[in-house]
Amino acid sequence: MKNEAPHGPERRGFRHRLRELRVTLWTLIVPPSVWAVHFLFCYLWVAVSCAKLGAFPRFTTAFVIGTAVAEAIILASGWIAWVQTHTPGDPAPHDQGTDIDRLRFLAVSTLLLAGLSFVAVIFTAVPALMLTDCR
Amino acid sequence: MSLHAQDDPALRAAQEERLREVWKPPTGWFFRWTDTNNNQVGVWYTLTAFGFMLFAGVLAMIMRAQLAVPENDLVSPATFNQLFTLHGSMMMFLFAVPMFEAVSIILLPQLLGARDLPFPRLSAFGYWSFLIGGVFVSGSIFFNVAPDGGWFMYPPFTTRTDLSGLGADIWMLGLSFIEVSSVAAAVELIVGVLKCRPPGMRLNLMPLYAWYILVVAVMILFAFPPLIAGDVLFEMERLLGWPFFDQAKGGDPILWQHLFWIFGHPEVYIVFLPSIALFAMIVPTFARRHLLGYPWIVLAAVGTAFLSFGLWVHHMFTTGLPKISLAFFSAASEAVAIPTGIQIFAFIATLWAGRVVWSTPLLYVTGSLAIFVIGGLTGVMVAIAPFDWQAHDTYFIVAHLHYVLIGGTLIPLFGGLYYYWPLITGKKLSDRLGRTAFWFLFAGANLTFFPMHFSGLLGMPRRVFTYPAELGIGGLNLASTIGSWVFAAGVAIVCVDLALSPRREKSPRNPWEAGTLEWLAHPDDEDWGIRSVPLIESRYPIWDQKDFVKKVDEGRFFLPDAEEGRRETIVTSVLDARPVQVVRLGGPSIKPMLTAIALGSVFILTTYHLYWAALVGAVVTLGMILLWLWTGTAEIPEKDCKPIGHGIELPLYISGASASGWWAMFITMMADATAFSGLVFGYYFFWTRHEDFPPSGAGLDGPGAFWPMVALAVSLAGWLMTIGARETNRRGMVGAARALLALGAVASLAAIGAGLAGPWLSGLAPKLHVYPAIVWTLVIWTTAHAGVGAIMQLYTLARSVAGKMTPKYDADVRNITVYQHFMALTAVVTYATIGLFPGAA
Ligand code: HEM
Ligand SMILES: [Cu+2]
Repeated sequence: MKNEAPHGPERRGFRHRLRELRVTLWTLIVPPSVWAVHFLFCYLWVAVSCAKLGAFPRFTTAFVIGTAVAEAIILASGWIAWVQTHTPGDPAPHDQGTDIDRLRFLAVSTLLLAGLSFVAVIFTAVPALMLTDCR
Repeated sequence: MSLHAQDDPALRAAQEERLREVWKPPTGWFFRWTDTNNNQVGVWYTLTAFGFMLFAGVLAMIMRAQLAVPENDLVSPATFNQLFTLHGSMMMFLFAVPMFEAVSIILLPQLLGARDLPFPRLSAFGYWSFLIGGVFVSGSIFFNVAPDGGWFMYPPFTTRTDLSGLGADIWMLGLSFIEVSSVAAAVELIVGVLKCRPPGMRLNLMPLYAWYILVVAVMILFAFPPLIAGDVLFEMERLLGWPFFDQAKGGDPILWQHLFWIFGHPEVYIVFLPSIALFAMIVPTFARRHLLGYPWIVLAAVGTAFLSFGLWVHHMFTTGLPKISLAFFSAASEAVAIPTGIQIFAFIATLWAGRVVWSTPLLYVTGSLAIFVIGGLTGVMVAIAPFDWQAHDTYFIVAHLHYVLIGGTLIPLFGGLYYYWPLITGKKLSDRLGRTAFWFLFAGANLTFFPMHFSGLLGMPRRVFTYPAELGIGGLNLASTIGSWVFAAGVAIVCVDLALSPRREKSPRNPWEAGTLEWLAHPDDEDWGIRSVPLIESRYPIWDQKDFVKKVDEGRFFLPDAEEGRRETIVTSVLDARPVQVVRLGGPSIKPMLTAIALGSVFILTTYHLYWAALVGAVVTLGMILLWLWTGTAEIPEKDCKPIGHGIELPLYISGASASGWWAMFITMMADATAFSGLVFGYYFFWTRHEDFPPSGAGLDGPGAFWPMVALAVSLAGWLMTIGARETNRRGMVGAARALLALGAVASLAAIGAGLAGPWLSGLAPKLHVYPAIVWTLVIWTTAHAGVGAIMQLYTLARSVAGKMTPKYDADVRNITVYQHFMALTAVVTYATIGLFPGAA
């Protein structure tokens, strides 16, 4: 609800527009989906290289880049969610049936999922970067 | 006093009479089974699943008796194989998953303040399929033909017909049939949670149980189809000799393990999360406060669901995959402990912060958490690959899996039973018997399964019918057997308690003083679900909203009446639960039951290789489904809108993305696409495993690029024409729409011919080698879907001609367009793979 947020000039910037983004169930699953894609990417790439070339993938830097990209997307969605959790409006504890509380709820959940996904991506990246052979 | 019409008691009584009339179950010794009210079906479902659990439990007791002393000969090795296979399969497929669906079918309508879930006839169909398939599979043991390959049925022993008999077919076909009904229930539950919440119940006010059910149902959608794909390949190998898992002909048994465990690991969470969902209802009630950390629980549910799909290889640590692959899955396995732990801490914190009322259900909750945590810890142990290499296929694993399943599924369900029994029957169970039973179960489970850790580490392998005395594990096994009898005594006490229930007095309404919607239910149950659909403003409306129960009962909320004599409920929007439609629900009908029987006959007759009879069954099934759709869906209402009270008018017919039917189609197609990706995975898997894939030679040469591209082109034409039909119909050009539908059907039929022409003309011989076999499978899958597409297009054409579909009432064409989108995607993947993939062309 637009008119419920204070409209000071400093509020009109980028953050303000982020808050207006439509969050849905689909945005909620962005961070874990990134984890899933990263996971599959690592697994399939190693598996196919080992099976077809008989050797560990040659461009190991691609893992670093892939991991960095994945973490960047997760951080971005986490940051957007963080901004949205600070949407001004209703008083705590934010569990009412209002538009803002629903937005905050989805934002908090997304933020938490971003945290979990961030850690999980690191978990996957560690073996990819540490072990570099096919045995 | 307000001027509200509901103040008039006579009016209210008349409304109640109308509602009662509409929701009245059919009577008569046979026709009472044709009811489709989820209240009823859910109860049958629960009882049936409970019965299968007891049966599978008896099998376990026989196994434990055999293993009580070394070198025992109570049962033969062959019987023992059947016992553990059937025990494991029944517990997982006929108890744990169906039980969750059954319970949810009862609870969800109540919990969501809906009259009923959106597709009651689908639930009934699912139930009858479950019953028929379940009796078929479990009955096999009485004829000594029960499956005997373990619940994961690893080939090649199970695919080679000289090493395994009818049992393997019974497992594959019987359980595939049941998987169909699981997917049907998942559709019902997802659409129910997303579209049938009461007005005002936004996502952030949804009961946690509903969140978990949503997550679990989505998991079923992505977990079961790969197994269905595996089943298809498996039966093709057994019945037709197509060598998917036969090493000698280019196949690979490891493919089965992948497809099985992509299903099998998430399955563990599919049966665990619903029990946690029960905790999420029980804990706040007895802590007398809101559950702490609502978003944390949602995080945990969604996070677990995702991560659990990255774990399957931890069941394959010893198959010789590269260590680096093992490392990925080991990492994901450790990561999943995080969200699991979070949920448990949320419960502990809530209990800590609340004023705890110590009750029987809560005793079950805490006890099962204790057991589950031990299982979780050994889980972290076996997720570390080197440890697993030691423990794999020993009794250590049996101990681990039972700690998880007993603590994470079985005892929570008993807790839920004690908690929700008053909701179903209006009577409480006995606290004294309940607590006694609990201590038997708790002591029994630990005494049975704790020693197994040691017998496993001392070298007792899984799935052996006996062991030598020199191994020195006789004592441990005897302890396990005694423990299992203690456990069984606990189950028996629960059964006694249930049996005594009819003689007990009714308990007061909402006996636990809970705050969530399902406790609106009255001890003298009415079949209408809820007297009026409430407006929700809080997570615990009974606690927080003023005069809530009274207002619901006096019909002061929405839809308090059934003027037109139809079963109805309200459909709302996904995020914010704004009311969008009054949907008319299917009433009692014999069609779901007959359809289930017809479909069951297809599976059962195929098991006995009676292919012609099975074909007849398939045609009958198709006819039944068409009849069902024709008479029961997308009905044009007698008027556009109806008032639901408080000055709100809602349409009776909507189509497109806000309609529940559209969602059902979309979700079903997600499952279908997942099964298809299982088959495509097979193709590329074989490619990674073999240097010469695709091979060449007589009977092995690929279909070339020409025919696959023709097939792709006509498939896409059929897709575009369907879209065209939707658009022209919407703009009122009915003639053009009909022509496009007819042309679309022609294109779909042409796609069948062109699709089959490729492998046919190049003479691919599927028995020769796995390459022709998988190409044929992909083509058959795709052309069969084209055939279904043609039937849908012709059906829609007929609907239009019969005046059952018009430019305004166009749900049929919109829904088949969803199907066609997925069809187009399938065609692109299949024909690009077989026609363009390097080496194939
Ligand atoms: C007191 C109750 C139970 C007892 C005494 C028991 C006992 C056993 C025994 C002796 C085995 C065979 C181990 C082997 O030789 O490989 C087994 C396997 C199994 N059990 Fe249970 N069980 C019980 C409850 C459950 C429950 C509640 C579930 C699931 C919800 C379950 C799922 C399984 C599975 C999946 C297997 C593996 C079957 C296979 O290896 O193919 N069990 N159980
Ligand atoms: Cu697992």
